[in-house]
Amino acid sequence: MAGAAEEALVEKSRIAVPYKWSAGLTGSRFLKTVAAERRFRASRCPACEKVFLPPARACGRCLRDCVDGPEVGPRGILLSFTQALYDSPAHPAKRPIYGLIRLDGADTAVLHRLEADSLDALRIGLAVEPVFAADGEPGVLALRCFRPAVGS
Amino acid sequence: MSPGRVAVIGVGRSRPAFRRPESGFAELVHEAVTACLEDAGVSIAEVGNIVTCSNDFMDGRTISSMAVGDAAGAAAGEGKNISTVEGDGTLAAYYGMSRILSGGYASTLVVAHAKHSEGDYRLITNAWFDPIYERALGLDWMSAAALQARLVMDGRRLCVGDLDRVVERNRRHGAGNPEATLRAGVSPEELSGSPMMAPPLRAADISPLADGAAALLLGSEEFAGGRAKRPVWVAGAAFSADPRMTDRDLSGAPALRRAAESARRMAGLEKLPGEVDFVELDESFSYQQPLWLAELGLETLDDERINPSGGSACGRSEGVAGLDRIIAAARRLRGDAPVPLKNARLALAHGSGGPCAQSHCVWLLGN
Repeated sequence: MAGAAEEALVEKSRIAVPYKWSAGLTGSRFLKTVAAERRFRASRCPACEKVFLPPARACGRCLRDCVDGPEVGPRGILLSFTQALYDSPAHPAKRPIYGLIRLDGADTAVLHRLEADSLDALRIGLAVEPVFAADGEPGVLALRCFRPAVGS
Repeated sequence: MSPGRVAVIGVGRSRPAFRRPESGFAELVHEAVTACLEDAGVSIAEVGNIVTCSNDFMDGRTISSMAVGDAAGAAAGEGKNISTVEGDGTLAAYYGMSRILSGGYASTLVVAHAKHSEGDYRLITNAWFDPIYERALGLDWMSAAALQARLVMDGRRLCVGDLDRVVERNRRHGAGNPEATLRAGVSPEELSGSPMMAPPLRAADISPLADGAAALLLGSEEFAGGRAKRPVWVAGAAFSADPRMTDRDLSGAPALRRAAESARRMAGLEKLPGEVDFVELDESFSYQQPLWLAELGLETLDDERINPSGGSACGRSEGVAGLDRIIAAARRLRGDAPVPLKNARLALAHGSGGPCAQSHCVWLLGN
């Protein structure tokens, strides 16, 4: 058996498997509308009236198909926030600031990046507004981030 | 014949260390399983079936449970029924218990493992998030929990000093526990100098990730009767999960409340306060302890009765964490714990998992 000073070999590798995830038709319509029209179209459960943003095709509580909901936002309120002060290969930029945001009129929240000078500029309940990407390719990053709303 | 009650007959875990480069993950499983069988005084031939708990993403291979079958004893004799759970080990134990209560088996060996030193937990937990709407943002277990930490601290009026007390207590308790990975107290200077990782979370608030495996042998009343020298009885067990973190109030943990209520009913108790003598809670972060205690209605427990083992703050392995809490509770109920605790008759052990602890499993264990 191995002695105390004996070292084990370590196999270094990585798993890289390409994926193609469907956003579904409900999600695709939403993402395209955000990119092209800069509007947020929610879905609504016909039974419990819950408003989902991003739109859900079905309500998890009632298991009913959702219907087209109201347009929500574009402003929202900041439910919570943080900044990753450590490095991660998953980070899209150094020291990203994150927010948990509920768009006005929605019952669910979204996670997204925040643009702020510092965390001191942020507080729970702050009004925030979206910042759209210039090129507007459909996808979550067509919405670049949120920032404190002008006039808030 | 009715299987009656279920007992924890044996417990075992791998040698505690943050990094175990000399052993593969299946070897850690073997270590925990053999320690457990030895503790129980039961041979693998007597074991009815096996439930393993693992996470393919952590192991870096799919159906990774198949890679630990031999290590867990699945090939012994004519081969044993082996099944797998992904999530916290307390859920695997629940499955193992159900297999006994349904009359299918007289005993279940439950084993969980995780080797945090082999993968990148930032990337692994980034993959928790929805690939369409969230993953590109780069969130992980730590930054997501920081969002919950702010809400819990705001909602419960907690200050940094409150978190300091949680960390100090856990670390002080763990210093005396030979099964804790981190066996050192923490000074006020270390706490005040702890670097901010994701405000309001400091490094000191985050349970350090460790390599580990843990195993339990559960048995029916009849199986335990002939064998177990010091059985610990399962009075109640239950689990529940909350909606995803964007669809719930993160300042509370209703799933923990529901799980505790179900376990309490199963145990035939009127209430938990006054009945539960000590708790072993799984906390990935310090802010979770005051929230868990509040949801359990056990905020008035004495200092020495909250995580007397030191808890997950002294080394946490995903999936293993809840089994470690059951093991710590069982050892103390048996009188094996190094630091004695008076009147330790009924314990609450807890496991949690998912972003911002979306799922909870509660065990009530007694002599």
